[in-house]
Amino acid sequence: MPDASDLHSSAPPPQRRRWMAVLAKASVTELERAWASLQDRPGYRFLRPPECGLALVRGRIGGSGDPFNLGEMTLTRCAVVLDTDGATGFGYVAGRDARHAELAAAFDALMQCATRADAASAIDALGAAQRARRREAAQAAAATKVEFFTLARE
Amino acid sequence: MYVAVKGGERAIEAAHELLAQARRGDPQVPELTLQQVSGQLSLAVDRVMAEGSLYDRELAALAIKQARGDLIEAVFLLRAFRTTLPRLAVTRPIETGRMAPRRRISATFKDLPGGQMLGPTFDYTHRLLDFALAAGASAAPEPAGVPAEPGPMPRAPAAVDPAADVNGDARGPARALAFLDAEDLIERPPMTGSDDPPDITRDPLAFPAPRAARLQNLARGDEGFLLALGYSTQRGYGRTHPFAGEIRMGEVEVEIVPEELGFAIVIGEVTVTECDMVNQFAGSATEPARFTRGYGLAFGEGERKAMAMALVDRALRADQLGEDTGAPAQDQEFVLYHSDNVEASGFVQHLKLPHYVDFQSELNLIRRIRAGTPRAVAAEPEPAAAGEED
Repeated sequence: MPDASDLHSSAPPPQRRRWMAVLAKASVTELERAWASLQDRPGYRFLRPPECGLALVRGRIGGSGDPFNLGEMTLTRCAVVLDTDGATGFGYVAGRDARHAELAAAFDALMQCATRADAASAIDALGAAQRARRREAAQAAAATKVEFFTLARE
Repeated sequence: MYVAVKGGERAIEAAHELLAQARRGDPQVPELTLQQVSGQLSLAVDRVMAEGSLYDRELAALAIKQARGDLIEAVFLLRAFRTTLPRLAVTRPIETGRMAPRRRISATFKDLPGGQMLGPTFDYTHRLLDFALAAGASAAPEPAGVPAEPGPMPRAPAAVDPAADVNGDARGPARALAFLDAEDLIERPPMTGSDDPPDITRDPLAFPAPRAARLQNLARGDEGFLLALGYSTQRGYGRTHPFAGEIRMGEVEVEIVPEELGFAIVIGEVTVTECDMVNQFAGSATEPARFTRGYGLAFGEGERKAMAMALVDRALRADQLGEDTGAPAQDQEFVLYHSDNVEASGFVQHLKLPHYVDFQSELNLIRRIRAGTPRAVAAEPEPAAAGEED
């Protein structure tokens, strides 16, 4: 359990990175449903209310070289503190949906509590759905795989 | 000299009302939704995001609807909106090598490791108008070739696969040009370790512009302009003998490192199109000959844009590679100062704003010339030239 007075989470980054990615890539509808499915939904207050802005997106020269600035994308961020144990959660999500950032932050805070298996399984389900969608897209693309052959002159 | 005009408020108001009516079209026909624009005119949305330099499908769809389908006007709207938002983060460079491609082709190697996937392409269509679409009879087609029972996809364990994303999915076939690189037959992208590229939206261009600044400029540049310039290099104005080494399109994850967390997190995915163009050789007394490359990267599905960008990127390197210069596409100032369609459109279209005083002076001048008073012409400075506001 994180220390309630500690703003920074003690959840190890690899796991936290994973669930934050799933939360960011989920749709707000999916997150609403997942939130509603929780056994009890703790209250929280905003440490930072949802705020919409930009992220400057970088690419790499030649795909793997030095970075360059490709363009910008919209980004919404939010930070919440749980009423129950003071755990802090952050939401950083592409787009301009305040509720998406808020729910992502709330789930992130909840995931700090080792006891919230329901939150963990809700996120697992979202992650599984995302993988399934990606698999479907990969299969649709794979169906367009071509074998070109050259016609040699006799 | 530009002299402000007053008045005309009512006419302007009426004009805007008329615009709104024209935008709406026949009220008997259902109004377009943003989902329809985004879903069914998706390449228009992609182009507006790329040239508007702002990745947000919904905003781009709104801009297209508001602009009545005028894509350059839509780009303008998106750029204007962008200025209202604070910049909250700078992302880590997206790793296109880890893209899950929906399209990936090479014109240089037919047996590409990982295979060539055509994806949703116009290539190999017959370009015949499809009247079935006109009849609105397009039931959503079955997803091509998706087996009824999708088999399990082999997945590498997250812990050991360096190319895996945060969800543990291995992604991204090897680059087509990797084996040329293994034989040292192709130049490598610059890797100086610099992680603070110039930002042309904050700092004005200085010449000669570094490649990172040029690429940022081209990435938001007008597709038509880049297409014509790229074409000109193929026709002999700065020849570079290009081959499309690899083109890939698909989704990549975007990561930022929030200060309060101190580690990278994924904020979402963007669709991008990348073109790695292979061009003829450069070498010297000390360096063996190697293929050179041009690079194109665009938001969304923008293959023509990415290819044209790669051609122009390569042309702009002529100087650095010690090639003959002088063609338009090789001229940094010419290319970079004229690529932006919002600037170009503004300057061209400002000509329609009232220039009454300017024109009066021209009119006076030509009357004096015609009246045969050369003294007046010679003695006075040319009012139009001296007083032009632009």
